Formats: sequence, structure tokens, C-alpha cells
Amino acid sequence: MSTTDSPTIPTNAADPGLRTRSTSAFRSRKDQVRYWILLTTLLGLGLAAALGLLLYNNPVPVDSPSFIPVVQRRMVAIIAMFIAALCHSVATVAFQSVTGNRIITPSLLGYEALYSFIQTGIMFFLGATALVSFSGSSAFFLQVALMIVLSLILFGWLLSGKYGNLHLMLLVGIIIGTGLNSLSGFMRRMLAPSEFDLLQSRLIGSVTNADAEYFPLVIPIVIVTTLGMYLLSRRLNILSLGKDVATTFGVHYQRNLILILVMIAVLMAVTTSLIGPLTFFGFLVAMLSYQAAPTFDHKYLFSMAFAIGFAILTTAYFVLYHILNSQTVVSVVIELFGGLIFLIVILRKRSL
Amino acid sequence: MNCQPEGECMVTRNVSAEVESDSQPQLSQQKKKLWTVPFVLAILAVAILGVISLFTGVYDIWGQEDGRDMFFITRVPRTIALMLTGAAMAMTGLIMHLVTQNKMVEPTTIGTTEWAGLGLLAVYLLIPNPTLVTRMTGAIVFSFVGTMIFFLFLRRVRLRSSLIVPIIGLMLGAVISAFSTFMALFFRMSQVVENWFIGSFAPVQSGRYEFLWVIVIVTLIVFLYSNRLMLAGLGEDVATTLGVNYNRIILLANALIAVTVGIVAAVIGNIPFLGLIVPNIISMTRGDDLKSNLPWVCLLGMGTITLCDIIARVVNMPFEVPVSTILGTLGAVVFILILLRQRKSRRLR
Repeated sequence: MSTTDSPTIPTNAADPGLRTRSTSAFRSRKDQVRYWILLTTLLGLGLAAALGLLLYNNPVPVDSPSFIPVVQRRMVAIIAMFIAALCHSVATVAFQSVTGNRIITPSLLGYEALYSFIQTGIMFFLGATALVSFSGSSAFFLQVALMIVLSLILFGWLLSGKYGNLHLMLLVGIIIGTGLNSLSGFMRRMLAPSEFDLLQSRLIGSVTNADAEYFPLVIPIVIVTTLGMYLLSRRLNILSLGKDVATTFGVHYQRNLILILVMIAVLMAVTTSLIGPLTFFGFLVAMLSYQAAPTFDHKYLFSMAFAIGFAILTTAYFVLYHILNSQTVVSVVIELFGGLIFLIVILRKRSL
Repeated sequence: MNCQPEGECMVTRNVSAEVESDSQPQLSQQKKKLWTVPFVLAILAVAILGVISLFTGVYDIWGQEDGRDMFFITRVPRTIALMLTGAAMAMTGLIMHLVTQNKMVEPTTIGTTEWAGLGLLAVYLLIPNPTLVTRMTGAIVFSFVGTMIFFLFLRRVRLRSSLIVPIIGLMLGAVISAFSTFMALFFRMSQVVENWFIGSFAPVQSGRYEFLWVIVIVTLIVFLYSNRLMLAGLGEDVATTLGVNYNRIILLANALIAVTVGIVAAVIGNIPFLGLIVPNIISMTRGDDLKSNLPWVCLLGMGTITLCDIIARVVNMPFEVPVSTILGTLGAVVFILILLRQRKSRRLR
């Protein structure tokens, strides 16, 4: 465990278990080969399922003029899946590394609660028509900005200074979320059943909620943030070793921690506003990618996590829509599965 | 049972104020006085709140002819239900704090409430038109299982920070409620589920709340076992050394918690954070002696929930706000304040 963290750590090969000294991110050549095979398989699976979603069961033949519009419509859902997979996988892996804890996810921090609070509040105070029309890009950015500002306040307040404490910040975030949830729960109770149904369809995460109108703005944000995260992966490798070690290596722990958390906040806010809440998807993806990528180098972890996330989303949608022909909301199934994995992991843990 | 007072003293060492005379080296057998002036004043305050609660409402009980009947059909049961629920939830929190040695653990923060909700849903799905008793049984059984799972998890795991416990617990609760949402969506019962998770005293009337009286029995059992519960709070090794069957006490505590949470969930709904804020406030001002704190915790629990319910009835007058909303919001604020206070003192030590 202590070895092979990153090329930036100068003497990291003192492990007697290693046959040769190496600065590779993998323990052995076999692991590396396995990683690449898995990565390509998963990416292939994701792409195949995406293609399947685009083309399978298409009501019009390929040479028909209306073929392109149908594909375009379906393309929107694929892009939404791409964004969701990218945001959740990168944010969760980075979050678990900086918190040094592999069972908590950034979706705990109350983005969902704030999201549903905003949605419910609009429905409650302004009515159903306002909720339906609250979907311009300005509304979208207002929502994202609110979420980011909230997390900035939270981080700035609880992570800096003498009393900075990561767990405390997390707990306060969760509690704020619970408080907001009970407020929106109250408002939802006052709604008529028809309004309630309309709201409910907004609150349950679904790629069909995604509005292509935002893509030109959202995609650059997501790409830039993930790219930044990818470039920072060496620093993340060090941060994941904990405060003391990171400080010894000359990394300003607090500043970098807040930087990473802000990037996580951006990713989470964007995906939550675009697709809706997904609580355990990130957890599921991160968990699987640690199994699939036996390394501590985030460069490889991020790629693997993204491949897994995209593969899960596309295959789940493909299977549930086209093969099982099930009308059950896919995200609920993914959430359920993630939740079950979470339970199993929790019960097998020895220390936290 | 020679050991009991000794164990008690170990805990009361850091108790403040009136206990000072008590913490002399003589390992005192003397009982702490319960009927102090503040306690009597507190009882008086809660009684006044109760009276206000009796006379708060839209229906004019003086002017109307059947006002007297109305008074006894809804107002009196409602006030009694408030008192019983407040005491029960606060007490549950106290027991949980003791048993888990963690001040952040409470039915809301470890998912017991969500388990109870799942139990209710399961009963609704399995039995058409279930009676209150069946619903309650479902809720009790599920909350017992859920709490047990969490306790087992806590015993197995080595913790680096006590703050991680509520984080895991809340995530666990989220898993359970995701499962409930899934079931509800699948069987088209979403709004019904949503209504359970919001606790409100509005539907309380005579004939619908009587099961809450079971809580009195639970309270008596807690009083009887308070010494042993407190020893269990010292940890498995110490408790066993002092002659307490640790596993049995944990099981008993768990059963008490499950019964209380299950009944409250079936009759009232979700009452968030009460079990967290009340015992914490009492423990900040009075220390950690279970036996002498118990009346205080019950009293403060009653007072808090009655006050919240009065606010819930008055704030939007012809209509009513569910009390859990107010408690949830207020509780969140108080919880955060407690956390912040703790972080200061933790650093200074």
C-alpha cells in the first residue's frame, strides 16, 4: 500500500514485496495489462450500449430523412449520460481521496437537498406553470451558482482556520441538507396530488430531464473542470496520503483541499441541476473502479471510474428500455443497486 | 449490586453545579436531589405549555355547543400525545447516546426512523387495510432489525473519529429510504410514503393515540434499568467486569428504542432530531448521570415538542404546519450549534 503512489514521490520503492524498484503506478506488469484490458472493454461496452441506444428499435429506417432527428433526440440523452458519468465518477473519486474515506460521497453535502428545495419552493410559491417555465439558462445558472456559493461558504467556514475539520464540515453539510429537506418536505405536503406528480418527475434523477439548451455551456465547464482535476492528479495522489504526509512533501494541504473541493462542488452542482439527484451512483462507480484499477494514481483511477460510470449508465438504460421494456425509472434501479453495495461494504468494514 | 453506585460515580465525576457536594471522595450513596427549584420551575413551564396547547386551535371550544366534546375528543388527546412523544423520543436519544458512547447518535441519524417507515410500507404492501396494531408491529420489527444492524456495525468497526458515526448512519438511512422510494414508486404509493415521513399531530384524536401510553411502561423500564444501562455505556469490558451482562443490556436497550420509535412512527410519524438536541442540552448543563438526567430529559423533550406544535398550529392559523418541519429545521440549527461548540472545546483540551 505504501508504494507506487506517484512519480513525484522520490523514494517509494522500498517495499520488499517488489522484485524490482519501480515508479510505475501499478504493482506489477500483470496489473497494468489487466487495467488496460478492463478499461478498453468497459469503454467498448459503454460505446456499444450508447450506439445501441441510438440505433436499436429506431422506428424509421436509416435512409429515411427523419432518421437524423430521431438520432439527435436520442443523442441528447447519451450526452447527458456522458456528463453524469464524468461528473459523478471524478467528483466521487477525488472526494473520497481527499477525505481519506472510501465510503462517503460528495452527494451527501446537500446539493440534492438544495436542488429539491429550489424546485419545491418554486412549485410551492409560484405554482406549476412557474416550475415548468423555470428552465431557461439563466435559471439553470442561478441554481448552479447557488449550490457552488453554498459549498464555498461551507468550506471557507469550516475548513479554514485553526478549527478546520473535514468530518465536521461533512456532518454540518449533511445536517444542512436534512434541514432543507424537512422544509421542502413540508411544502410538498401542501401540494395537490397532480402538482406533486409533476414535481416528483423533476426530483427523481433522469437523463430525460436534461435539456439540450444547456449543453453548449455545461459541456465546457465540465470538460475544463475534469481536465483540471486530471492535471492535478499528482497533487491528489499526495493529498490522499493525509495532511501530515502532504505537508511534508511541500504541498499546502488546506489550500489544495479547498481547491479540490471547489472543483468537486462545481461538478456536483452541474450534474445535479442537469440530471437531478443521484445519491449512490458515484459511490457505486468509485467502489467498482478501486476493484478494477489496482493503483493509487488518480490519473488511472479517474479514467477507470469514468469508463465504469458510462458503461453502467448506458447499459442500464439500454437493458431497461429496450430489452426488459421496463418503465421503471432507471436511476432508481441504479440507486438501489448502489445502496445495496453500500450496505454490504459497510458491514464488511473493519475500521473507518 | 455493590458495584452500581461506584459505576455511577465514575460517570458523574464531570457533573457540574449541584453535584459538587456529591463528588467528594466518599463515593457517596446519597441520592442527588431531584425536586430542586429549577426542576419545579421546569415542570411548571411544561404544564403552562400544556395548558396553552389545550386552548390552541381553530375550533371555538367556548362558543360552540359541542365545544366540550371537541375538547375531549381532540385537544386533550393531542396534548397527551405531545407529552408522551416528546418524552419518548428524547429518552430514546439518551439511551442511544449511552449505549453507543456517541453523542451524535439518534434515531434520525442512524436510520432507525427510515427502517420504521420501511416497516410501515412493508405492512401496507403485504396486508390490505392493515390495522394500527399490525402497522405498529411492522414498524417495531423493522426498527429493531435496523438498529441492531447499526449497533453490530459499530461494535465491529474501529473508528478514527466519532463524527464519522452519524455520517455513516445518515447514509444508511438514505439507503433505506431509497429502497422505500423504490418500493413506493413501484407500487404507486409515493405520496402516502411522503406523508408518513412527515410527523404531525393533527390526526390525533381519542381512539387513535392510545398506544402511545406504552411509552410510560418503557420509561419505567428505563428508570429501573438506568444503572445497568449506564454501566453498559462504559463499554463492554468495564460493564462485564462490573457484573453486567453486556449483550443482554444492549439487546434490552435496543428493544426499548425499537418499541418507542415504532409506536411513534406508526401513530405520529417522523419526529426528527428531538433525541439529539434534548439529551445534548441536558448533558451540557447537567453532566452525564442517567438516573438524575432522565426526568429532565423527559421534561425538556415534552416542552420542546409542545412548543413546536403550538408554533405549528399558530404560524399559519387556519391551517397547520407539520411539527416535524419545525423540529427538523430547528433541530438542524441546534445540532450545528452543538457541533460548533464541540469543535472549540475539543481543540482547547
